[in-house]
Amino acid sequence: MEILTTIFIQPFFDMAGDPILFLQVIWEGFVTGILYSLIAFGFVLIFKASGVFNFAQGIMVVFAALTLVGLHENGIPAYIALPITILVMYVLAFSVERLVLRPLVNQPDIILFMATIGLTFFLIGFGEFIFGGEPKIMITEELLLPYDSITFFDDMLILQEIDIAASIIAALALIFLALFLGKTKIGVALRAVADDHQAALSVGISLNTIWVVVWFISGIIALITGIMWGAKSDVSFALSIIAFKALPVLILGGFTSVRGAIVGGLIIGIGEKIGEFYWGDLVGGSIEGWLAYMIALVFLFFRPQGLFGEKIIERV
Amino acid sequence: MFYREAGQFKTTYIRDQELFPVKQDRWGIFVIIGFSFIIVPLIANDYWLQAILIPFLIYSLSALGLNLLTGYAGQLSLGTGGFMAVGAYACYKLVTIFPETNVIILILISGFFSAGIGIIFGIPSLRIKGFYLAVATLAAQFFFEWLFGRVKWFYNYNDSGAIEVPVRNFFDIAVTGPTATTQARYMVVLCIVTFLALVAVNIVRGKIGRAWMAIRDMDIAAELIGIRPLNTKLIAFAVSSYYTGVAGALFVFTYLGSAEIEVFDINMSFEILFMVIIGGLGSISGAFLGAAFIVLIPILITNLPRILGIPINAATVEHFNFMILGALIVLFLIFEPHGLAKIWSIVREKLRAWPFPY
Repeated sequence: MEILTTIFIQPFFDMAGDPILFLQVIWEGFVTGILYSLIAFGFVLIFKASGVFNFAQGIMVVFAALTLVGLHENGIPAYIALPITILVMYVLAFSVERLVLRPLVNQPDIILFMATIGLTFFLIGFGEFIFGGEPKIMITEELLLPYDSITFFDDMLILQEIDIAASIIAALALIFLALFLGKTKIGVALRAVADDHQAALSVGISLNTIWVVVWFISGIIALITGIMWGAKSDVSFALSIIAFKALPVLILGGFTSVRGAIVGGLIIGIGEKIGEFYWGDLVGGSIEGWLAYMIALVFLFFRPQGLFGEKIIERV
Repeated sequence: MFYREAGQFKTTYIRDQELFPVKQDRWGIFVIIGFSFIIVPLIANDYWLQAILIPFLIYSLSALGLNLLTGYAGQLSLGTGGFMAVGAYACYKLVTIFPETNVIILILISGFFSAGIGIIFGIPSLRIKGFYLAVATLAAQFFFEWLFGRVKWFYNYNDSGAIEVPVRNFFDIAVTGPTATTQARYMVVLCIVTFLALVAVNIVRGKIGRAWMAIRDMDIAAELIGIRPLNTKLIAFAVSSYYTGVAGALFVFTYLGSAEIEVFDINMSFEILFMVIIGGLGSISGAFLGAAFIVLIPILITNLPRILGIPINAATVEHFNFMILGALIVLFLIFEPHGLAKIWSIVREKLRAWPFPY
């Protein structure tokens, strides 16, 4: 009986007893959730436009951050390093399309998925080979990002300015992308490709260009995520663990839904922080690693296509 | 000219359903098995056995297990490392609880624990498919990494957090633990792997294997012709996890000697998946070829610069290792998506016709 109380009742009393702490936990979860959402968003873009389950999205985050920091370490000022990094992401998108996707067109999905795992390994080796494997510090100051913290309620609630900035930048990025996809010619073409490859081809949209564009956009999103995440911890390939955190977000939100990526990211981010904080100690702590998967699996049992995914219709 | 089945007539049904219907194949397999059982232990030194042959055999077994699930039953899994960990830790606990029982029996039994866990994590496969399932199997990977790292009971509350393999004898010969000779451990691994591989060959050509392939090719169509998706998928998960579980137990007991849970991390899962893809999805021999490939490549990359006399430091080698492995996988997928097994079968076709073009 007592154990049931500690599992089912006590945590809620803890939450109600210290609402400011609860708020702090939710805020932490919210910030992580936004970063998950961004990774998932980059993933959904690629999945919709080319049907590729891009396992390398998490590594692209690290690779982008590492390029930025590595360039800065070699004496290039931040305002030049940033455009160079963007250029690098473009080159990456272009080479991926030319060297990996184009030769593999029309192959089964699993083959393309495996190719992105190969790409992941290649990028890890390549990034470490160029910039060295040791962890690096993100150049937060040089990028003019705030790094102080704001406190509320007599220092009870602490918000990092970088987190607030991250949320604002992420929100801006998502709004910008929504406008880009909705209003520009290339955005419309992109949505057409996402709807139906063959129909898009038949009205004269070049699939290859679209693929470069989506991989490039995903690269930019990866760069934004990398800067934000790197500011919270070191920049090294250990960061790529966030890629595994973003996967449950995807199955929760649905592979094809941008809305799902955002909502799923927030659910997972907040759920995982609350679970870890209030229930984690009961089972020995550090449950963050798999709790997200369990949350996602529970949702999957009721909606196999994810929260916002398109209904799966099977035909023989 | 020499490799040709002309003139080999089957006069009975039993002869017609042999494992290796072509005489040259049969003899080839006998030669390989005989060679690895008799000649290899005599001529191979400790380095070869410990660094190459034992890991190769264990990885082959694991890749074989994953191949049954992914290649034959079509259920993509990224949780291989987790299932291997279940086998290893189950075996460790069994050895602790039943110190008198023969360790080889315990290794084979520990696979059943892994199989049970595999069934549990296979249940979502009934509702979800493809990539969704792959992500779901990652849940197994991360859950077991956490479980075996956190719950002290699994490693007998020792301070290091590692499982140490005790010395166990098989008819007075030490086969596990620090005093066991490499030859003895090699023979144990070889016996188990050979046995399980032969079982696998028989499973996939029988009723179960055919049901798996039907489910893989199109599960709704398979259901319509009377195959039960529930049973078939869960059997696939069970058998596959059994193989990977035994491989995990062997990995710790006969190869590493002592291990922490980090050995079975997500990279292990990917390595096994690479073996399956490079070897060839849906092929038993592919699992062996893929395992050989992945085991040998790092050794080659490490030793090649030294042989060529190029000075290169260890960190760079490590980075190159990643790059080359990644690039090789992409290249393989582009040029031969069906893997080494397909290349072998092309070679076989060529051999049959040789010296004529057709």
